[in-house]
Amino acid sequence: MVRDGLFGPSPAYGRPMARSPFSPSFWRSPLRGPWLTSVLGVVLLGGITVLFVTGLVSYAAYNPNLAPVNDKTPDKGILGFYLFSWPTDPHWLYRLNQGIHVTLGITLIPVLLAKLWSVVPRLFTLPPARSLAHALERISLLLLVGGALFEFVTGVLNIQLDYIFPGSFYTLHFYGAWVFIAAFIAHAVLKMPMAWRNLRQLREEKNDLVPPDPAEPTVSRRGALWFVGGGSLLLFATTVGQNFDGPLRRTALLAPHGGAEPGSGPGGFQINKTAAYAGIRAAETDEEAWRLVVEGRNGRTVRLSRTDLLAMPLHSAALPIACVEGWSTSDQWWRGVRLRDLAALVGYDGDPPDVLVESLQRRGAFRRAALRANQVADSHSLLALFVNGEDLTPDHGYPARIIVPAAPGVLNTKWVARMTFGDL
Amino acid sequence: MRRRPWLIPVGSPLQILLLLCSFALAGYAGVRLLEGDWFQIALWFVGAAIVHDLVLVPVYGAADRALVRGCRPHVSYVRVPAALSLLLLLVWYPLITGRVADRYSSGTGLSTDGFLARWLLITAVLFGGSAVVFLVGRRRSGGGSPGTPAPRTRSVDGRDL
Repeated sequence: MVRDGLFGPSPAYGRPMARSPFSPSFWRSPLRGPWLTSVLGVVLLGGITVLFVTGLVSYAAYNPNLAPVNDKTPDKGILGFYLFSWPTDPHWLYRLNQGIHVTLGITLIPVLLAKLWSVVPRLFTLPPARSLAHALERISLLLLVGGALFEFVTGVLNIQLDYIFPGSFYTLHFYGAWVFIAAFIAHAVLKMPMAWRNLRQLREEKNDLVPPDPAEPTVSRRGALWFVGGGSLLLFATTVGQNFDGPLRRTALLAPHGGAEPGSGPGGFQINKTAAYAGIRAAETDEEAWRLVVEGRNGRTVRLSRTDLLAMPLHSAALPIACVEGWSTSDQWWRGVRLRDLAALVGYDGDPPDVLVESLQRRGAFRRAALRANQVADSHSLLALFVNGEDLTPDHGYPARIIVPAAPGVLNTKWVARMTFGDL
Repeated sequence: MRRRPWLIPVGSPLQILLLLCSFALAGYAGVRLLEGDWFQIALWFVGAAIVHDLVLVPVYGAADRALVRGCRPHVSYVRVPAALSLLLLLVWYPLITGRVADRYSSGTGLSTDGFLARWLLITAVLFGGSAVVFLVGRRRSGGGSPGTPAPRTRSVDGRDL
């Protein structure tokens, strides 16, 4: 007896293969069925919930309500209902959150693909709608599938700096997530009772996913799940290392910030945007040319050279760089002037206010960024002049950069030119 | 009582209510999502689903059928490493092909040069590992194919013959 592959002609049944995907006998993989779909669905229910929550947390970490310069989605309306003042403790909070968001997202890709494969015959269901409720559900599924793929694709492209999507990543990924989650919640509520039933029963229910004319299996369902899990494990193992320095980073063989460090020595750790990329010229940052302007909204202004800053009390803090793109460094040893000491220079003693920080850089969405009063007040928030015992390198923000515990990387402004203290 | 045939049934009112709530939230966010180049954004959103369901799935389905036809009964030894390798390529396509090489290297100070080599190396390890598993399986099954295990013969000290 000769049998062909998953969809091939089936002489054993003495009739030709169904040519149309609208015919149930067109779909012949014996793997499809409510059990496989339910297992994958339950994994995605947990995984996507974590992705959504870490995504919302990351959005809050930018303090979008603090100042227009921090807010890439000013029309958010009620979607920002949960926003809160981003804390500075624990100092690894953003590193952990964003590491989970991006690493888990990449790890879930095989599960998402397998889930979509397991239900693809439903796309061709006839009649298109059995009832008004069913018609609405099918429209909702377009938002669900389109939304899931949209979120995963924009995320995966953004971390590889491949900005081909039609607009700002922040806007697309944030509003896209809300469209997706609206459909996702409805889908979870509608399907979870059945998925639980399918998983708890030893003998599965028959439904439309079970092929009426199955091909001979080439792999068991358990084998297929191992295969999906193996894909996830492979992606995880070649990505997660980009959140650690040293030999662990080398294990992230295909992740954007895996492999080797960009340099050697104290300033050799990972860079978000280099000085050349940001358009920083050496002539602007040398001892003669560079001055830091510290202003208060009370009208007081101080201009400081790097030598002036070195004469102020210097403090140390061990803090990571953690990027929205889901990579981070281990703690680096920064040394510089406390932000609250700079606030005191322009008259804010004791109770430091918010600050607007402006960089020399010519491009980049965050060349101006605001920090909240609690971030300025933290004793580990520095205008850093040194890292790991040496002067900052140009790529890490020489002559001076901001470093704030738990803040997203782009709020740690490099090549600082001006700081304006006062409530925003 | 006869039902009028041209009316489609309504279905569960609770389900309709839930879906309308979902559409309200999706609409609120969707209006904001589509600000800007609305046509391109809608194209990406809907296009992602269409490209996946009508291009990606049929293409990998057809490739899998061809593989099954050509490599049975040992198909898993080719299918698994090939699919894992293609999965990595799908996810890291911009870095592996170097299409973002300029922006990536000027931004991060790193080079995209290594990505293609590392992907090829991982692919080689996956296929190599699969070959080792195949050979070990064949040796265990006494020279037959590991897909159709032959009765085992064991020596007195328990090692496979």
